[in-house]
Amino acid sequence: MLPDFKANHFALFGLPARFELDGAALDVAFRQLQAQVHPDRFAHLSEADKRASLQWSTRVNEAYQVLKSPLMRAAYLLQQQGVDALAPENTQLPAVFLMQQIEWREAIAGARKDADDVALQRVETEMQTMARRLQADLANALDVQQDFVSAAQRVRELKFIDKIRAELDEAFIALDR
Amino acid sequence: MALLQISEPGLSTVPHQHRLAVGIDLGTTNSLVATVRNGVAVVLHDENGRALLPSVVRYQPGQPPVVGHAAQQVQASDPYNTIVSVKRFMGRALHDIADAGSFPYRFVDAPGMVQLRTADGVKSPVEVSADILRALRERAEHSLGGELMGAVITVPAYFDDAQRQATKDAARLAGLEVLRLLNEPTAAAIAYGLDNAAEGIYAVYDLGGGTFDISILRLSQGVFEVLATNGDSALGGDDFDQRLFCWMLEQARFPDLTAQDNRLLLNHARFAKEALTEHPETRITAVLSSGFTIDLTLTAAQFNEMTATLVSKTLSPVRRALRDAGLSTKDVQGVVMVGGATRMPCIQSAVATLFGQTPLNNLDPDKVVALGAAMQANVLAGNRREDDDWLLLDVTPLSLGIETMGGLVEKIIPRNTTIPVARAQEFTTYKDGQTAMSIHVLQGERELVSDCRSLARFELRGIPSMVAGAARIRVALQVDADGLLSVSAQELQTGVSAAVTVRPSFGLHDDDVSRMLQDGFNHAKEDMTARALQEARVEAERLLDATQSALDEDGERLLDMDEFSEIVASMRALAECVSGMDYALIQQMTERLNQVTQAFAARRMNMRVREALAGQSVNDLMS
Repeated sequence: MLPDFKANHFALFGLPARFELDGAALDVAFRQLQAQVHPDRFAHLSEADKRASLQWSTRVNEAYQVLKSPLMRAAYLLQQQGVDALAPENTQLPAVFLMQQIEWREAIAGARKDADDVALQRVETEMQTMARRLQADLANALDVQQDFVSAAQRVRELKFIDKIRAELDEAFIALDR
Repeated sequence: MALLQISEPGLSTVPHQHRLAVGIDLGTTNSLVATVRNGVAVVLHDENGRALLPSVVRYQPGQPPVVGHAAQQVQASDPYNTIVSVKRFMGRALHDIADAGSFPYRFVDAPGMVQLRTADGVKSPVEVSADILRALRERAEHSLGGELMGAVITVPAYFDDAQRQATKDAARLAGLEVLRLLNEPTAAAIAYGLDNAAEGIYAVYDLGGGTFDISILRLSQGVFEVLATNGDSALGGDDFDQRLFCWMLEQARFPDLTAQDNRLLLNHARFAKEALTEHPETRITAVLSSGFTIDLTLTAAQFNEMTATLVSKTLSPVRRALRDAGLSTKDVQGVVMVGGATRMPCIQSAVATLFGQTPLNNLDPDKVVALGAAMQANVLAGNRREDDDWLLLDVTPLSLGIETMGGLVEKIIPRNTTIPVARAQEFTTYKDGQTAMSIHVLQGERELVSDCRSLARFELRGIPSMVAGAARIRVALQVDADGLLSVSAQELQTGVSAAVTVRPSFGLHDDDVSRMLQDGFNHAKEDMTARALQEARVEAERLLDATQSALDEDGERLLDMDEFSEIVASMRALAECVSGMDYALIQQMTERLNQVTQAFAARRMNMRVREALAGQSVNDLMS
């Protein structure tokens, strides 16, 4: 009886299936659940108990990861509506957005070359502002308007920002060496 | 049926039944064993009242190994056969050890893991570690007056899968049941957090003899949640000795040094480093085997200058861990210092400067890891008391991925993901008619396969012949609560599957472990079959005990009459053979009981989840 990792993450934590989320309530529910199912509670019990605990604990972690991340949470809500926002064929992004990405990428590469920590921090702040705006848009599109087409678009943009953030992280690490 | 008691999972139903369990800090320089006695964690001492067991093993032909202080005393006179800092070689091939030339050993380049030639034959680092663990097991059993039910063994948080697997193999070889591999900084956080009722964000800075870890944790209402960890599994106090040793060579222009001289000077380097913790300068005097005399004076300022790069090598991982946790130094409530090397004033001041606060040194940095491990062992053994209601959530330190086309790694589980975790990814064939696929699992942060550590390679065969891109192969990675990985692959249309526990390309093969187990038992003049029988009995009794308490708790409400009697019948069958001499029968009956309790275990777990959620239907969640 393997728990289905895709089924109903919100219900698992007793939370409404919405983008706008009470992060503190999620944290509390996550800890309460892990306190019940974590393998450390079953280490002295039978193999069957240990296996069941490993599966459930894994499932709880997976659901928590998804709900904690605005990007994954939005993609998950869309998936529940039958929309695969991150499918490989869905790659269209608005030109304005793409221009901004190119600017950021160039800024990161330049800052890396010049070992310019301040420039990197500037890009990071800009990206955080953009991410916050996208999240506000998502809350509106998913929870109020139920506009899944526009929500899927915002999810792709958020995903793009995530990728550039990874580049940014690498640049920070490179400068630290 | 009688009215049944229902207790919390993991709470001992029989209050006076205390299972003997220990925590072991298997350190690069020193090792310790601790246990919880009357609710208090204590380090166990040897017959001379010493807590630390030097992690030093000496081998002589045809004699049992000498472990600890006695071995440490002869390390300079018998350097080839006296192995120190063996932890640095765990799960490492010869080419992984950057400074192999500076060790006075006769390395043997074996596939997977390096080995060491001694007067008592070639030894794997796993065997040497097992000898240290065996000494600690004996100390514990002597001191506690009984056989151990199990042990929690600590590993550096930044240990990769090969190093963890090697540690678990060593424990097995030493006859220890591993309840859990626990990350050292996390163990320290437990000991510190429970002692001080700490709440908030804490950093644990752990500089041991050969490894460095930094972990960032959130302590909240009894939950120890690791947010991020980073480190360097080849950086420790030893490297400071080494730096000092090189300085001594530069100063004195010695004639050719023997292996004995090398070890002698390294010891003097260590003494000098320790002296500088309390004094502004120290004098180093030694006589080499050639009669050459060394007489040098070293100031703290000189020492700080020559080791400054090592100190800053620890600060980059700290910044990275904070970044991964999405926090800054201002968010950190306290910095717990762990490991003997954190006594160095240069480390204390560097950490204080970075975090803008005085680090916490109120626990003995040598003992805190073992104490935390003992607390965890006590809980895992089922000795949890009602006020012991704490939980540990740890992470995997390094990203895990699969090789894709062009020698690139596709990350499947990113670093700092809370464990246990399972992730799957689908791959496809790239040639028409391709019927096999090689799956290569890697660990590390870099994009190129050649920059990551290879953990396992296996083949999925029997894929039906299709056009390129039509087959769908699902590769699943599971990391358990010990941080150990298992991998499975399945072709989705036909169900062809393959699975591996990760060990083939690194660590020891099972055959090696069996051979060593045999060697070990021969050494101890123990009868192999008697040992196997004993182990099977312990396991069977454990299962009977566990099943009985599960039945007491939930049998009545979760089982129908048939299921109940089937389990009871299997229990009776096992109970009848458990004191007999038939090892195979005990195993068979144990397996049968495991089989018939599977559905019961799954239902019990579902019920706990339902209770935690108060009123929701678990069927909804599981479907």
